[in-house]
This record gives sequence, structure tokens and C-alpha cells, in this order.
Amino acid sequence: MHIDVNAFVGAYPFRRVPGTSPDALLAAMDRVGLDEAWVSHLPGIFWRDPTEGNAWLLETTRRHPRLQPVPAVHPGLAHWDDTLARACDAGAPAVRADPTFYGIDPAGPGMRALAAACGAADMPLVLAVRLEDGRQRHPNDRAPELPASAVRALIRCDPSLRLLVTHADRPFIEEVHFGSTPAEAARIWWDICWIWGPPEDHLQTLLGTIGSPRFVVGTGQPLRLPENAGAKLDLLDLTVEERAALEAANAASLRRPWPR
Amino acid sequence: MLIDVHAHFLHDRTPRADWRERNASRLRAGERVGITVHVASILGSWGLTSPTYFPSVADLRYANDFLLALQRDHPGRVRGYVTVNPNYTAESLSEIRRCLDAGMIGIKLAASRRADDPLLDPICRSAAERRVPVLQHIWQHRRRDYPGQEASDAHELAVLARRHPAVPFLLAHIGGGGDWLHSLPIIRDLPNVLVDLSGSGVDGGMLEACLAAVGVERLLWGCDLTIETGWAKLRYLRHLLSPAELELVGWRNAARIFPPGAFPGD
Repeated sequence: MHIDVNAFVGAYPFRRVPGTSPDALLAAMDRVGLDEAWVSHLPGIFWRDPTEGNAWLLETTRRHPRLQPVPAVHPGLAHWDDTLARACDAGAPAVRADPTFYGIDPAGPGMRALAAACGAADMPLVLAVRLEDGRQRHPNDRAPELPASAVRALIRCDPSLRLLVTHADRPFIEEVHFGSTPAEAARIWWDICWIWGPPEDHLQTLLGTIGSPRFVVGTGQPLRLPENAGAKLDLLDLTVEERAALEAANAASLRRPWPR
Repeated sequence: MLIDVHAHFLHDRTPRADWRERNASRLRAGERVGITVHVASILGSWGLTSPTYFPSVADLRYANDFLLALQRDHPGRVRGYVTVNPNYTAESLSEIRRCLDAGMIGIKLAASRRADDPLLDPICRSAAERRVPVLQHIWQHRRRDYPGQEASDAHELAVLARRHPAVPFLLAHIGGGGDWLHSLPIIRDLPNVLVDLSGSGVDGGMLEACLAAVGVERLLWGCDLTIETGWAKLRYLRHLLSPAELELVGWRNAARIFPPGAFPGD
């Protein structure tokens, strides 16, 4: 079993990206040997109401069982708790919020309320640090990157909250991990999408200092080539068990209820 | 055969205490990927005693010497670009002569002087005389000046390439930061500019855009600071290209622009 926790469907507003349809995503998954992908609705991130993409996402993932929906929740919009409840009812593995793209404080009252509600509902919350390299973004694509301080603040909101943070690099991960208590850090999972391999060996270092249970395979496809995750793992010296954990078991652990 | 046209090494007079580990890691990862030759440069002291992109003559000489030693230690596996700072014309020309005579196979220009500046002309004339390519560091679509470097973008490289049509230029790291969509159309009609595919960026659609812009005969495979992204692009290229085309990108195009005999079995 190979799980990609960080994939998208739908068009990107700032440049033409091939392979954004569900069928194309499935073909790319076949190409690199991924069995399951947790998918978000890409254009919705930029909509005033990002939850308008959820119905299509849920319908699409019902038709394609290898795709698991990650619906969006905007805590600045009325009835966001209903959106979260619908995601729980739909069996989503996680929900996502992109506060800097929504134009809200990433550690403000809305996000703190969402964090607490996700903790109470046993629903992991996905946060992306970025979607593209900041040096290449469209001149009008100006949402700030997610600050590490916001992740530290949110994980402290509720002792049951679990966060899946995507597109984070080594300094970001280290800042949050070592700026949290062990109990807090144990409720954060990181995808490997933005972590460098050799010769800098950032991923190898993090697996040693923070521990492999905290990491999961995420690709960021189709904005990024999914081949990157496999190449990164193939350059590590991992046991069969460690590799299986990174490729599936750690992600599966996110779906289990958090012990209270 | 697989040639990484954009590699770097560190040495003992850089800020990195782990320089040996990083060099070893590059070579070890290269073995796993199947890289036959790392064509590398060292940008002076990487900031220790002069700025990375404005290296002093003394730092460049030390770094180039270190790279020559690395070539000798790893014959056939490591080849060098001689790195120079064009603000020091006489020293640059002398260093180019010295290092090419000692077995280096190309010239690296980082970001010490804008690519369209006349100060680069004597260096490019030297490249033409010695029949070696020039790897020019590029910020894809430089919208302003960034601290610590006088970076160039594809526009400025295009001006230089038009002045020196006999010199093959490598537009560095198309995935290395900035807007690659801006660079590609600028060099489309410049046959002496080739696209180095290295860089940490693995954007979906980037390789297709490179192919559409310049064709398979002007693409060069490379890694730069991240070997896994190079390997990812190579894996995706296997999906996009025929085996013969993949050979062009993986090494044959490089063998065409570097001096004869630069690579084993070439």
C-alpha cells in the first residue's frame, strides 16, 4: 500500500498545469506506484468560499475510491462547523484550511476555533506551508506562506488536534518540532514533499533527529512531479519496515481515533 | 552514460564543517542514480572569505585547485568548470587558461557581473578559442536586484549568446528558482543556448514546456543542490521521451558541446 497524502485535482489559476483531472491524477499514481491519494480541490483554495468545491470533490472521490477527499473548511465563513460535520460524515481522512489564501490570521480566533473543533471531532487538519516556490509565483499570487509560529500556536489549542503539515522544509519542521512539547510534536505529521535529499540530506537528518513516525509521503502533484517522492526515498538507506511506515502506515495512523 | 552538467562540491575553506560528508553524499547518491560524470564547479569559498557570488581571485584559485584535485582523485567521474569573476579580467583569463590546460572542460559564470556586460566578452572569446561551453547562473525572470548577487536572467544571457554565436551557453537550473515560463520563450530561437534542467523545482508541466520551447536536442540533465529532484525529472523524462531521446538529454547533448574526450567512452 502506498499513500500520497498531498494531491490535488482541478485547475491551478496561476499557470497551466497538465494532469489536473481525476483520471490524469489516477494515471500519474499508476505511473509511480501510488495506491491511494488524499486529494484537495485546487481551485477552491483561491475562491472566496473555498467550500464551494467540496461537493464536486466528494462526488468525484465517490466515483474513484482510490481518491480520498480532503474538503476545505473556512473558519471565517458562517456555518463552517456544518462543513466540518459533513466531512466527518463523508469519511474524509482529513480536512484542510489555507488561512493565508483566505486572507485570515493563520493563528487567529477562527483558526483556533477550527483547530479545537477538529480535535473534538478527531479529524486531522491539513495545513500547507506553500503551494509553489515563492520565487516563481505569479505577481498577483501574494498570499503569505504559512508561518511556523501559527503551527506552534494551533497545535496548542486542543490536546486532541492532529495536524498534517505539507510543503514544509527542514528549518520550518525543526522550528515547530523543537518549539513544541513532545506531546504536541507527537500530534504533527509532516509530508516529505519539500524536504531536500542528498547531498544536503535534510530528510535523512530529520528522520534521525525527529523520528520516522512523524513523516508521510506527500507529493503535491500535479503541481509537482510525483516521481520526486519515490526518488527521495530511494536515496535513503531505509529498512523495509521504515519505508512501509513512510509510504503508508504513518498516514494510516492519522485515520485512527486519537487516544484521549 | 548519464552526465550531471550542474554539480557542486565544497572544500575545507568554506563555512561548512560537514564539507566532506556533503561531497561524499553527492558521490554516493550519484552512484545510486547512475550518474557517470559530475560536471562541477566551486564558487570560491562559498561565502567564508568572500561572497559566494562575488568571489575573490584568491578564493577562486583555491576552489579551482580543489576541484582539479577532485578530478584527479576521481578520474572520469568528476570534471570541472573553471569558475571566474569577470570583474577581474586579466586574472579570469589567466585562470581559465590554467584550469583548462589542467583538464577542466567548461567555464562557470555565477552572478558577479550581469551577463550582457561587455566584461564577459573576453571570457566568451576565450571559451570560443578553447571550444568549451559556459554555464551561466540564471535567475529565471529577475524582477529586481537581490542582495548578494548581480544575477542575470534569460534576457541578459540571450544578449551575450547573440554576441558569441560559436559558444554553447547553458542556461543554468531552469528549476532553480524564478519564473521558468519567462525564460523559455526568450531563448527559443537561440541555438547556442541549452537548457540545464537542474534545480530543486519539480513543477508539473515544466519539462513539457522545456521540450516545447527548445526541443530535445537543447536539453541537458542535471541536479545542482538536490539530487532527488534530478532523479525525479529523469524518471518523468522516461515517460515523456523515447530511449534515444532520453540519451540525448542524459548525455549525448552534453558530449556534443563539451570538448572531445571530456567524458569516458565519448
